[in-house]
Amino acid sequence: MADGVGWMKVGRKQEGRWAWRLTGFVTLCVYIFMFAPIVATVILSFNASMFGGFPMTGFSLQWYAKLMANEQVLTAFRTSLWIALVTSAVTTAVGVVTAFALVRFEFPGKQALSTLVILPALVPETILGVGLLVLIKAIDQPRTMLLLVLGHILLAVPYVVLITQARMVGIRRVYEEAALSLGASRFSSFREITLPLLIPAVVGGALLAFTISFDNTSASLFWRPAGVETMPTQILSMLKISISPEINALGTVMILVTVGIPLLGGLILQSLTRLKRRGQPTEEAR
Amino acid sequence: MPDSQELSQPPRPATAGALSPGEEKPAVEFRDIDIAYGKFVAVRDFSLSIAKGSFVTLLGPSGCGKTTILRSIAGLVDISDGQIMIGGRRVDDVPIYKRNIGLVFQSYALFPHKNVFDNVAFGLKYRNVPKPEIVRRVGQALEMVRLPGSEKKLPSQLSGGQQQRIALARAIVFEPQVLLLDEPLSALDANMREEMRVEIKKIQKETGITAIFVTHDQEEALSMSDRIVVMNAGAVEQIGTPQEVYDTPATAFVANFLGKANMLAGTVSRSGQAVVLATGQTINVACPRPLADGSKVTVVVRPQKLSVGAAAGANRLSGRVVSASYLGGSAIYEIDIGGQTNIRANAPISGRVLREGEAIDLGFDPEGCVLLDEDGQRIS
Repeated sequence: MADGVGWMKVGRKQEGRWAWRLTGFVTLCVYIFMFAPIVATVILSFNASMFGGFPMTGFSLQWYAKLMANEQVLTAFRTSLWIALVTSAVTTAVGVVTAFALVRFEFPGKQALSTLVILPALVPETILGVGLLVLIKAIDQPRTMLLLVLGHILLAVPYVVLITQARMVGIRRVYEEAALSLGASRFSSFREITLPLLIPAVVGGALLAFTISFDNTSASLFWRPAGVETMPTQILSMLKISISPEINALGTVMILVTVGIPLLGGLILQSLTRLKRRGQPTEEAR
Repeated sequence: MPDSQELSQPPRPATAGALSPGEEKPAVEFRDIDIAYGKFVAVRDFSLSIAKGSFVTLLGPSGCGKTTILRSIAGLVDISDGQIMIGGRRVDDVPIYKRNIGLVFQSYALFPHKNVFDNVAFGLKYRNVPKPEIVRRVGQALEMVRLPGSEKKLPSQLSGGQQQRIALARAIVFEPQVLLLDEPLSALDANMREEMRVEIKKIQKETGITAIFVTHDQEEALSMSDRIVVMNAGAVEQIGTPQEVYDTPATAFVANFLGKANMLAGTVSRSGQAVVLATGQTINVACPRPLADGSKVTVVVRPQKLSVGAAAGANRLSGRVVSASYLGGSAIYEIDIGGQTNIRANAPISGRVLREGEAIDLGFDPEGCVLLDEDGQRIS
């Protein structure tokens, strides 16, 4: 121990410099590794050439135009959008209530429930996908849109619960106690005090649930009813035929949706809180 | 329960609390309540009745059950046994939001996302008070806590003291039957605490609201209360006016907790007219009843009852100054009177402050001391 410290002191300056350089280099590599495919997809979606690859032959929006005319893609997009919206809404409601119960109340089996809720996030998606499918077969039910949506909800609930729980723990109980003592019922105090204080987590959870559903591939492959394609499964089936630059355009749209929506949500949330901070009159007394 | 039956009940000796004979129903009444968390009994056999418009303090060290009792009035803690009545109405099964009580927390608990107006108006809103009336009453309440015009501010823009004033305004604006104050001054700094103490007392007087105040600070309790309930380990040690509790402590705990009294062990002689201290000195005491010679007692003397110098009272003790602290108008001496016994005297200064090691003469009157028996109970 003492030796180690002494050694560190001797070589600290030089070693520090090298450590920094190495860290910087590794970080750069990681970022390139992470973003190069995304950047390539986006750039190539504007390529004029039929063949998806560098060097680019010219700038063109023809793949986007083609995409817009592709009825299959549009249908898949609409399907995914609907599923994601429903998933997001239901998951947020369920997740917030669950997190509230887990943080605020004591009941038998609480520990078990809190583990069970998180479980879908830990089990590999493929296994979850097969499992639900087997269950459906066992009770002799067809694969329906409802099943697909329920599956997505199952996948997204853990994240919403975790996010909301973390925020909920930070909201002190005295606020609710104060509201109750002032005459608000339990429901009113939740609606007027707890929920507004939870809003960042609620919005964050909703956005995350949306993205989880919108770009889910593997589980959707198992669960979708015959003839229904979501965006990711549509891309997958298009890839089976050919690597058309149209897919790059589609990929770009996907990126835009999955990155853009949370970003937009965050910005809206930020401006909302800023508005409140300024102490805008919010007299809502009835 | 019909009211007539309620009124015809004879006053119970156990609830001799603060109920004066002329008064009708007590504002709050506890009848033999027990509160347990699982196996841990936080409060045992607590009975108290609190007269309308009075300021009652629950005083005790942390963990003595005082906050638990306060929370049981609010309905935030369930009682395991007994009854709680607010204004003659049994509230055991009444949920908190229907109890009509005002609650002030140590941590203020102002809603951080609502401005001052919405915070103070909160209770009125849930009582269906019309909007113009709400605006008027909120304005009035803010005036009362000397923060008029702060309606549009957010809690985060206010200082701790200001936040607690707003919390107070929020708790009294809807004219609750009882105002519950849970260590409201503990989070404030010393100067602010002094100011708020006066303020709270003043507002309570003006509004005539019944207030129950929880604190572990004896100074707060003595300066603000009409009655003090001294608690220890889930049970009542003594109930009385500040002066009663201070001058005639019922138990050794009370004597020690309030103002650190001198506790001198000794044995009775002259059938209770005198006590021979462990140090060998004999002092005269005023015992209300004859005692067997030789029985062990403790003589409780407040530091303020001891006078320093030649003119001192009927009982005389002499010793050496161990330490002296000068407080301006008076000085606190720690005095060794022999036999490994130190006593404290807080006396006005005449002449100069004595230094460490100097000889000192002390005196006190027999009436100025209280006798406790072997179990630490006052002999009366």
